[in-house]
Formats: sequence, C-alpha cells, structure tokens
Amino acid sequence: MEIKLSRYIWTHTRKQQLWILVIIALSMIPYFMSFDVPKRIVNGPIQGQGFETADATQLFGRFAPDIPFIGETVLFAGVDLDRLSTLYALSFTFLLLVIINGLFKLYINTYKGRLGERLLRRIRFELVDRVLRFPPRMFKQVKPAEIATMVKDEVEPIGGFTGDAFVQPALLGGQALTALAFIFVQNMWLGMITAFMVSIQALIIPKMRKRLLVLGRERQLTARQLSGRVSEIVEGINTIHAYDTSNYERADVTSRLGRIFRIRYDLYQWKFLVKFINNFLASVTPFLFYIVGGYLALNGQLDIGQLVAVIAAYKDLPGPLKELIDWDQTRQDVQIKYVQVVGQFVVDDMVEPSVQAVSGDIPNGGLKHPLAAVNLTVVDDSGAKLVDRVNLQVNSGEKVGIIGNSADGGEAFVEALGRIVRPESGRVTAGEDDILSLPEAVTGRAITYVSSDPYFFSGTLADNLIYGLKHAPLKPAEYDEKGLESRRFDILEAGLSGNPDFDIFDDWVDYGTAIATSPEELPATMSAVLESVQLSKDVLDLALRSKIDPEQNGLLAEGLIGMRGALREALEKEGLSNLVVAFEPNSYNAEATVGENLLFGNAIDAVFADGAISDNAYFRKVITNHQLHKSLFKMGYEIAENAIELFSDLPPDHPFFQQLTFMNSDDIPTYQALLQKLKGKTIEDATEKQRIAIIKLSFAYVEPRHRFGLLTDELMQSIVAARQEFHANMPEEMRGSFERYDPERYIASASIMDNVLFGRLSNRYADGAEQINSIVTKILDHLGMYNDVFSVGMDYDIGTSGRRLTIAQRQKLNLARALMRQSEYYIFNKPLASVDQRAQEQIVRTVLTKLDSNGTNPSVIWVLSQTGLAPEFDRIIKFDRGKVAEDGSYDKLASQNVFDK
Amino acid sequence: MLLKDEVQMLRRVPLLAGIDQTKLKLLAFTSDRVSFAPGEVLFNQGDPGDAAYVILTGKADILVNSSNGDGQIRVAEVEQNSLVGEIAILCDVSRTATVQASTPVEALRIRKDHFVKMLTDYPEMTIEVMRVLADRLSQTTTELTEARSLAKHSN
Repeated sequence: MEIKLSRYIWTHTRKQQLWILVIIALSMIPYFMSFDVPKRIVNGPIQGQGFETADATQLFGRFAPDIPFIGETVLFAGVDLDRLSTLYALSFTFLLLVIINGLFKLYINTYKGRLGERLLRRIRFELVDRVLRFPPRMFKQVKPAEIATMVKDEVEPIGGFTGDAFVQPALLGGQALTALAFIFVQNMWLGMITAFMVSIQALIIPKMRKRLLVLGRERQLTARQLSGRVSEIVEGINTIHAYDTSNYERADVTSRLGRIFRIRYDLYQWKFLVKFINNFLASVTPFLFYIVGGYLALNGQLDIGQLVAVIAAYKDLPGPLKELIDWDQTRQDVQIKYVQVVGQFVVDDMVEPSVQAVSGDIPNGGLKHPLAAVNLTVVDDSGAKLVDRVNLQVNSGEKVGIIGNSADGGEAFVEALGRIVRPESGRVTAGEDDILSLPEAVTGRAITYVSSDPYFFSGTLADNLIYGLKHAPLKPAEYDEKGLESRRFDILEAGLSGNPDFDIFDDWVDYGTAIATSPEELPATMSAVLESVQLSKDVLDLALRSKIDPEQNGLLAEGLIGMRGALREALEKEGLSNLVVAFEPNSYNAEATVGENLLFGNAIDAVFADGAISDNAYFRKVITNHQLHKSLFKMGYEIAENAIELFSDLPPDHPFFQQLTFMNSDDIPTYQALLQKLKGKTIEDATEKQRIAIIKLSFAYVEPRHRFGLLTDELMQSIVAARQEFHANMPEEMRGSFERYDPERYIASASIMDNVLFGRLSNRYADGAEQINSIVTKILDHLGMYNDVFSVGMDYDIGTSGRRLTIAQRQKLNLARALMRQSEYYIFNKPLASVDQRAQEQIVRTVLTKLDSNGTNPSVIWVLSQTGLAPEFDRIIKFDRGKVAEDGSYDKLASQNVFDK
Repeated sequence: MLLKDEVQMLRRVPLLAGIDQTKLKLLAFTSDRVSFAPGEVLFNQGDPGDAAYVILTGKADILVNSSNGDGQIRVAEVEQNSLVGEIAILCDVSRTATVQASTPVEALRIRKDHFVKMLTDYPEMTIEVMRVLADRLSQTTTELTEARSLAKHSN
C-alpha cells in the first residue's frame, strides 16, 4: 500500500479524477452564463435598452462563434423578438440554466460520492485482506477491537475526502486567484497588500493547525486504545469478577477517558484560537483597504470607484481561501489517519497472495509425502527454544502419538506442522516443498490441524461443523431475473473497487471432502461424526431444550403432541408412571408450583412476567373471588417463617441459598422485618404492598419439594377452580399474551422437552432427568422423529466463539469439525484436554477407527495428554526439552520403560 | 412425609444425633426426597460419588462385585435411619459398593457439596462423623487381624 494518501487516491482514481475535472470545467459555462442572464433581463426588456420604440425587436439566441482560420461560422441565426417575448425568452433561459446547473451539481456530487465509496470499499477490503495474510506472530500483538476500529471507523473520512482530493484545490484555487488578479488589476498597491495578508493567512494558519493535527492523532490513538480496552474488559469479564478487579478496570477506564478529555479540551482551545486569528486576519485586510485605499483616494492616486470595486472583489476572496485552508486541514488530517492505519497493516513476511489463491480443486497434484521437519527450531515470544533443531519424518498412513510434558516441544512441533507458528530456523516440508510456500489450497485441505483452544464463528452448530469444507465457491447460486441483475451489478462494482467477486450465496461446501455427494447426505455425515465424538447426546439435549415455532414446523409439532401419549405408555411399561406428573386441566399438579397451577399456561410477554402477574387486575380479581388471597397469604406467611427459621443464620453467599427458590439471600432481612410487623395480624391488616410480597412467596411453592405441609386438598381444589375461571373469563386483550396448557396443542413458549412431558418431573426420583432423557430418546427413535428433533439441535445458535457450549462440548465440536473433512494428515494437538479422561480414551479410539475406515489411510499425529492411549498408535515420539527423546513403536518404548516415568 | 417428620427421622441417625434441630431441618430442606422401588439401585459400585443417602423408611442391601467379576455378594443390610454412601463423598473415591433397595425405600439425598458445607459449618457434626468412621475403622482392623490370624492358622 502507498504510504502517501494522495498517491494512493491518484493511483486508483486517476481517470475518474480527470473526468470529474472536465465535467466541472464544462459546468462552468452554464454557471457563468447564469450570472450574465439576470443582467441582460434587467438591462434589456425591463429597463428597455434596445427597445426604445414600441415595435423594436432584438435578435435572440444568435450563435456564431468566430473560429480561427475559418472565420465567423453561423450555427444559429437567431430569431427577432419584441420586448415582452424577449423577457419571456430570457426568463426561460434563466430557468433552463438553473436546471442545468442543478443537474451538473447532482451529477458531480453523486459521482464524487460514488468515487469515495469505491475507494473506501477498496481500502477496507485491502485491510481485511492483509489481516488474512498476516504472519501468525502479528496476532499476539494486535488487539482485535483496535483492528476492527481501524477498518470500520478510522478509514471512513478517507472516503469522503477522495472526491475532493484533487477537484477542490483546483476549483477553489482558481476562484481565489481570479479574485486576487482582479484586485491587482484595479490597483497594484492594494493588490500587494491583499497578496501579503493572504500569504500570512496561508502560512500561519496551517502552521498553527499543525498542533491541531498532532492532537488529532493522539486523539485517534487514545480512542483506538480505549476501544481495545473495552473489548478486553468484555472478554475478560470472568477474570475481573473472579479477582475483584472491577475497580481497577474502572480506574483504568477513567484515566483513559481523562486523557481523551484533556486532549479534546486542548484541541478545542487551539481550534478556537486559530479560528480567532483567522477571522482577525481576514478582517484586518479591509481595515488596510480603508486606511491605505482611503489615503490614496484622498491624495488622488486612486479613484473612489476602484476602491469600492476592490473592496467588493475582496469579499469573494476569503470564502474560497478559507475553504482551501479547510481542505488542506482535512487533507493533512486524513493523511495522518491513513498513515496511522496503513502503518499497522504493513508488516514484513506477510503471506503471499498467491498462497491463498482460491481454487476449487487441490492444485499441483496435492501434497507430496512425507511430511517432515528439517532442522526445525521453534521459539516462543521470549526467544526460548521450544523445539530445538528437530529432524523428523512422518510417512503417509502412519499413526503417531506424541508424548512428553507440556512445553517439552510436542505441542510447538505440531503447531509448526499446522502452520500456527513459523519456524525460527529450519523448515517443514512436504516432499521437497516448504509447506509455507505451498498454496493454502493444498496445505489447508491435505492437513487438518486441531488445537485444544477451539474457535467458532457465531452461527448455528451445523454452520460451524461444515466450516472446514468451505474452501471455494463450487456451485454457483441460482438467481431469478431480478437476482441476476443485482448479482451483475455486484460483480461490476466489486471489480471497480478492486474486490474479488466471490459470491457468498454460492454453495461453498465441498461435499466430496465431506464424504457426502450431495447436500441431502450431509446431515447423515454430520450426525455420524457427532456420534463419534460423543456429542450426539448433547445435541439432542440442546434440541430438547429449544423452542420451536409450531407455525413453521407444523409436522414436528404435531408429532411431538402425539409423543405425549407414547411417553405415558412407555413410562407405564417401565413401571415409571409416577416419574412424570401430567398437566390435567381439571386437577392439581403436585409437582408444579402453586403459581403454575393457578395460571396453567405460559406468559408470552411482559404482561405476565414473573412478578407482574401479582399486579394484574384481572388475575387478582379471580384470586379474590375464590377467597384464595386469604389462604395464599397464610401460606406465604408460613413459608416466610420457615425460610427465616432455616436461613436467617446463614451468610448471604452460602450455597444452600440455591435451594431457596422463592427468595434470595437479600430478601431475608426484608421478610424478617415484614414478619415482625404482621405478627398476629390477618390479611386485612396488611397493606397492598405487604400482601403482594407475602402472596408472591406462595406462588413458587412445590409441596413434594419444600415439604412444609401447607397444601390441603381443599386449597388444591379451589386453586383448580380459580384456574378454570381465570381461563374462562379472560379478557380479550390478555388472550394474545397467554398460552394455556392444552393437551391437544403445542405450547410454543415451552421447550420441546416440556411439550413432550406435558407435565412436571417428579422430585422423588434421584436421577429422573436422565431417565426421562433416555426414554424420550428411545421413543423419538422409535417414532422416526429422532432426526427431525436432532436437526433442531443442529440449528442451535452456539453464540459468540461458541460460548453457549461448555468447554468440553466445544472441544468435541472442534474435533468433529475436523473429522468432517477428508485429509491426508490429521494433526491433533491435545484436542480433548478438557474432556474427562474416560470419554477422552473412548473418543480417541473411535476417531482412530473412523479415520481408518474411510479407506484413505490418512496419517495421524496426535499429541496425547496422557500416556494411557499410547498403545493405540504405530509409533510414539517422546519430546524432552525441545528435542526428540524417544522414537519408536509402542512395544519398543514400553520395553525401555519409557512410560513408567 | 413432611419436613418436620424428616427432622425427627434424622435425629435418630447416629451420625446426626448430636446436631441442633434447626440445623437438621436445614439439612433436610436442602436435600432431595427420593423414593426407590424394591430392586432399584441407589448407586452402583464404581460410580463417582455425588451424594449420601439417609434411609427414612425401608431396607436396602449393600452389594460388592465378586472378585471373579460375575455377580455380586451381599455384604450387609441397611435399615431405617442409616446413612449410606458417605465414604465416597468424603474422600472423593468412586462408590465402594452397590446399594440396592430390598423393600420400598424412602430416602433423603444429601448432595456432596451440601454435606461438605455442613461439615465445615458445624464442627460438632464433623467430630461425630469422625467418631463413627474411627469406630468402623477399629472394627475393620479387628476383623482384619482376626482374618489374618485365621489365615495363618490354616496355613
């Protein structure tokens, strides 16, 4: 990238800049003509010049330019018009000129705007393209948010400046020079004075503004760092909480903001000082005109008319001059921003563009064998040697296990193979080729590298699973007439801004590598892969906890309603019919809360949200109708008493508070005080607020769970009766925000699992949740609905960097993403470090078998967290302090007691 | 059965006998009430230990896997008011035996973290637990000595 912005703009927009200059020059013709016409209207038809007699006519519109060598050429002879017709003709000419000027302006502004946007698009793309080609070490230094700010915000003004980069100085400079020349023509001395003052202005002001620019640069840097810090705070929020350093962060942020404030305040002071001086200089010139010009006029060296003309002409000078100075300021400002940004993006040893060239097939016959490290040395940031002159060779089809303590070199070695770090010296070769010079289309497909620190892109689980298959647009997207047109426009514009014209809507998935020949086969491949890393159950759980829209998934919702019956039967058969207590419109569900039993449905919006229900007038009316407010108040009071008795001695952060579902530790003192006030009183004595506070407690009560013995049969009956009335007479405007539990209908506001259960799990079974999960899975399988529900889990949004999954799930998904691809080398760098040992062993065995069963016999290089799995591998390499300590078959190493240490 | 009845039952568990009633109520409240049908397993030998159980009603068999790997040997029976499964949650080992209900069993399931928290909060309970464990250890030691001397004799 060019270091000077003006050169960058000129290189990429030369033709357009010249074109726009030509257009502006052309636009000057109607512009000046429009100055001339009013004068002619006033002098001619209105004041009657040339129309001295009543029937006098004037020739209008004669166009006969005097062309050199040819002489006068009559292009338009003109027409004779009388006074009134001339007025009309001239007035319409004026209107026409106004329209033409307007159209010119429209064209020029649009053109400049588009020019700027294209350049902005070009710069932004170029910056992101550079990020994609940064050498690995760069990413240890830069903060993501800073890069993002630079790409997004800091280059923005460059776009606006582009259109004016060359046009503005040409235009304004011309105007200023014209005015200056006019003054010179009137009077030499006054001209000299003006020129002198103007040059002072032109020299001093930019000098003073230099400081403004320096401050501006500081402001840019500090603002960028602030955004970097803010993103660090967001990313490190758990660490901040864990170590109680939030106030340290506050201090850091406030000191940064203070710095920004000081810079900005400084900036304002200078800015307005410069403005003052500028205005002063501009007004001093007329003062000199009056005093010098007046003196000259009094001495008869200058006539009054000339003086007036000079002062009038001077009025036209400061405008363009000021704009020109402003333009220069913008130019410097933008130039600084540009240099600042580009400086961050110009790095040595960037990946060559040819290495990342897009390619549908694997070019040059693919990767050559074997994969080898030649005198490989890898160092960490401090310069310590992680891998020290290692020579190793991994043949095609070999299964290699790498052992050794962490930081003994095994991890760094495979990181070099996976191109995550670059060798300090030596190289990694495939056959004869250095893998760093091979196209990524070869290395990125033939070698699959998996680390223990997975990264996922926000999107669904399925999107992330097939991410490793999207190398190139393989099958063009199909467009209708309109889509095709917009696609053509996109291609054209992409070309004009120097962007590639890849289409994100093409099918990028390389089904061949996924061992699926068509999009239809992909789900089967995906679920097989998820099964092999033991993630299927998790995905199904995610699905069961998801909500679906029954409008869109009509069939599935229908099937799930059907499952309610099947589940009851299955439970009966297993002798577990008490495991789930079903919702029945006419009876009390003992395993559900009192509140749930009253509402017997889900609130869809805030009208009913947790606390809000107790404020709902209709709901309260129903409660009162059934005298429930009294019994619920009594119940709430007893719950409060029990809770205070049990928990008042405990410190607020005690883990037992998790069991207390109806209040939290902060509420204890409040309720303690409330109980004292209400002691021995009835509901009538309590205020509205107190009533609500007490009754609210009763809503969360579940008899079998809390076991205070507060629910009588009578109370349960009146709750059911209240429920029925609540449903029957519900006002129209509330119906939209309430979804009743109906055995025949799908509850859109509840999860799939809750819909299938249509009841509550009994508290009396120790592992009820697991039991019900396995039964539901069985039934889903049996009814052929497993895949449909599973695909709901595949659509689960895993969140930013996959944070909605646990670390173990992320590592499994990371491994699954790698297994989706067919590669010649699989490099696993402790991919399952956070998975428990037993599952880890099982997964490693399954994965090895699975890779073998593909028929391609790929090589596997696996850095193991523990030696227990070593017998699964053909060859074991043990690293010790950066060097290969042992290398051989398992049996050979076992006989040397390598594993006993 | 209500919380207050459970508290009465808990008081009869030797390990918890010396503990203040309100603390017992808290322990009962924070525990889950679970029931098992005859033949159902409270936990299996080898499982990670995540909870201890107080048998409120019913009986359960304690089974260990036989050394040749086929079948289980019944080594003891536990009844009402006994605590089972506390070893695994105290010293982080997997379950040393299987406990299977022989009659319908009602039990309180005390989660590991809650149990440990109770121990740290109430030293009198810890001492009680220690005493019971020491009792068992001395008993086991006596039995082991006897078994050894028997073995010597038969040699």
